[in-house]
Amino acid sequence: MDMNEIKEIFFQECEEQLAELESGLLRINDGDSDPETVNAVFRAVHSIKGGAGAFGLDELVAFAHVFETTLDCVRSNKLQTSSDLLKVMLKSADVLADLTAASRDGGSIDKSRTSVLVKELEAFAKGTPLPVAAPAAEPAKQEAPAAAAPEPAEDSGFQPVPFSFDDFGDEDDAASPVEAGGGGRSVFTVRFKPRSDLYAKGNEAVLLLRDLAKVGDLQVRCETDTLPPIDQLDPEGAYFSWLIRVETDKDEDAIRHVFEFAEWDCMFEVTPGADEEAFAAQTVLGEDQPMAPVPFDLSMLDDEPAMPVAAAEPAVVVSMPAPAVAEPAANPAEDAPLAPPSLPRAEKAIAAEAEKKDATVAAVPAAPQTIRVDLDRVDRLINLVGELVINQAMLAQSVVENETGGSSAINLGLEELQQLTREIQDSVMAIRAQPVKPVFQRMGRIVREIADMTGKNVRLVTEGENTEVDKTVIDKLAEPLTHMIRNAVDHGLETPEKRLALGKNAEGVLRLTAKHRSGRIVIEIADDGAGINRERVRSKAIENGLIAPDSNLSDEEIDNLIFHPGFSTAEKLSDISGRGVGMDVVKRSIQQLGGRISITSKPGKGSVFTMSLPLTLAVLDGMVVTVANQTLVVPLTAIVETLQPEKKDIHAFGPTQRLIAIRDTFCPLIDVGHILNFRPDLANPIDGVALLVESEGGGQRALMVDAIQGQRQVVIKSLEANYTNVPGIAAATILGDGRVALILDVDAVVTASRGHALSSEMTLSATG
Amino acid sequence: MKKKVLTVDDSRTIRNMLLVTLTNAGFETVQAEDGIEGLEVLEESNPDVIVTDINMPRLDGFGFIEGVRQNERFRAIPILVLTTESDAEKKNRAREAGATGWIVKPFDPSKLIAAIERVTA
Repeated sequence: MDMNEIKEIFFQECEEQLAELESGLLRINDGDSDPETVNAVFRAVHSIKGGAGAFGLDELVAFAHVFETTLDCVRSNKLQTSSDLLKVMLKSADVLADLTAASRDGGSIDKSRTSVLVKELEAFAKGTPLPVAAPAAEPAKQEAPAAAAPEPAEDSGFQPVPFSFDDFGDEDDAASPVEAGGGGRSVFTVRFKPRSDLYAKGNEAVLLLRDLAKVGDLQVRCETDTLPPIDQLDPEGAYFSWLIRVETDKDEDAIRHVFEFAEWDCMFEVTPGADEEAFAAQTVLGEDQPMAPVPFDLSMLDDEPAMPVAAAEPAVVVSMPAPAVAEPAANPAEDAPLAPPSLPRAEKAIAAEAEKKDATVAAVPAAPQTIRVDLDRVDRLINLVGELVINQAMLAQSVVENETGGSSAINLGLEELQQLTREIQDSVMAIRAQPVKPVFQRMGRIVREIADMTGKNVRLVTEGENTEVDKTVIDKLAEPLTHMIRNAVDHGLETPEKRLALGKNAEGVLRLTAKHRSGRIVIEIADDGAGINRERVRSKAIENGLIAPDSNLSDEEIDNLIFHPGFSTAEKLSDISGRGVGMDVVKRSIQQLGGRISITSKPGKGSVFTMSLPLTLAVLDGMVVTVANQTLVVPLTAIVETLQPEKKDIHAFGPTQRLIAIRDTFCPLIDVGHILNFRPDLANPIDGVALLVESEGGGQRALMVDAIQGQRQVVIKSLEANYTNVPGIAAATILGDGRVALILDVDAVVTASRGHALSSEMTLSATG
Repeated sequence: MKKKVLTVDDSRTIRNMLLVTLTNAGFETVQAEDGIEGLEVLEESNPDVIVTDINMPRLDGFGFIEGVRQNERFRAIPILVLTTESDAEKKNRAREAGATGWIVKPFDPSKLIAAIERVTA
């Protein structure tokens, strides 16, 4: 794993944290007062900050820090949540998401928005009379709100606590060096007397001294005067102190740095210059000299044989580094319970080693509940299963053809194989299934932004967020959903004033629902706004020449006009629904996913958009048809009905176009074989079958094919990936007999046919 | 014998960075996602040193350190705390809970290793 992979993981994690952050804030907004919710929100921001720091994403760190500070005030109950605060926090969550995205993908973010929010957040954190910018002010900012929040009156008097650890590690500012023997080296005298706390916290005098030896040349003397007789010895007491002469080319800070972790739990002082007098008091052992034996009488131990001695300190005076010293200072946890002090060292070591070995065997990492798998691997698996399905179908077919089907054992085995294949396929598809939650959560932000821009009050209610659908579908869902949500807020919901005047709650409700229904996912976007203004839609459609002025349209037909290409009800282009994108684009992108969309609307009560999408894009229910001796697959979702045309129903319409009368409607008849250039001439409709399909404009078309072979589930094989894009063909599949069949792109075929008969068919299909 | 480090952090990013850094430096690494898991993994893995975050779900770093220090078998293990900035208050609390030392995030590999070496034999 390299840094880039970790960075990738960081951004993945950010996504999760951002989702957590937003849903937490929304829960708090809904009155959730569980402190753990606030904690989780805080942790999310904190975690993003921590990771961003590791990758040097300063902008992200700076903003996350301000956000975190304010959240910390909420967490410690120094700041009460209010709807204003939550608004700012939700916006901040959005900005944090932007900053994260900008860090990942490059690109810029709206700096003014960020700085406004920084100011707002800091104002909430209160008592922060500090300048807005500068991460340099961070330690102070961190302190300020915590101390000042409870009593605003104290604000002015507050001073950040000066903090002294920051400057360790700066080794360039020399502190009054005392020259020793030239070469720019100075001599310091260090006095160090640990308290027992130092050992209790896992620090170790010998390690500190060893570390100090890296700073310069040491002369160390251990003072053992205070060591009591062993029967009075507290095994966890601290009895020794050290006098150390350091000769170094570094400065005093470098020495202090070594004792950084320990300085609270010991007496520690550094003085420049050598204290020769103190050293003269006793002899100092040189590096080469043997270790002095510790004088103690083992017979004393008889009284308390089990007394652990491990925490007792090395009672020797040595020059550093001296490995031998490490032994007596061994970890008490390791030795104490097992080895009484009288045990010879070798045995002790064996015991400790054995214990370690045991521990290694027992060291099993906790089992994770989920694993992350590269999407490519899943796709490869899905592909293989697709092959398996095809292979199984081929096998079944050849068994039938060879008439070995008589053997019931083979038949039984085949049936089982088929069932297993199907189960494997379903299970593999389930791996790709993801809850729609992340997409739904993104909509929260869209709603807030548009509500802000339009001055409307909107509450987004989401249901069924855990409904699962194929990842590809989810990825492609965001765009149409965003557009529909924008439309719903911009056009559907009224302004608060208007709502109040109508006797509605000032706050509009937008309801986003997902559910499974008969093998598909159904997503509804319902608003409680004004509903479709049919008069306006109608006049607009007439204006745009979509319908004849005297057309007699049902309410439903009028409502569906908004999906017609080129139709846009926005009277003025706004930021929100400008860009020339209309509901027709939404409809097309949903159809590309093999989905359908419809609208129902009640004037004054609101509108409901309903999308129905396939659960997966890897398999498709198709109708297998024959066209000019070719086998094609038509997606079943596109087909409304099939019918056998009769001569009296077919009407010529110009030289190349034909219409078919279906009940009271005329519908363009498209010869699929002709459109796809399988045959030069139009086939006789009487010989074929018409498939009535739904097209983009809400109108219907009849696709003429030669014969229907049957319905089956087919595995989709991308043509682009294996060959090249072919107009009119969406993809390919392999049938049970091993032949490749092309999957018809119904919309493309319909669009191609429209080159000849454009606006007329709308009128024709709509009237009637 | 390789030294074993137990890292406790809820952030996958930081866990991975620690893992890579420590592995490259020749340490054996075991990991936990929060204080509670940390105490469990501690029992199983018998590490030489612990590196822990403070802000974690279920059981935070302070609670985790206290838990380790109350454990007869492991109470003397050196514990380094990961802090995001030089936050005096948090450091003090970590010390009171029994932390041995700290590493300021964002850490660079050499600082992390230096801090670990300072507290392990």
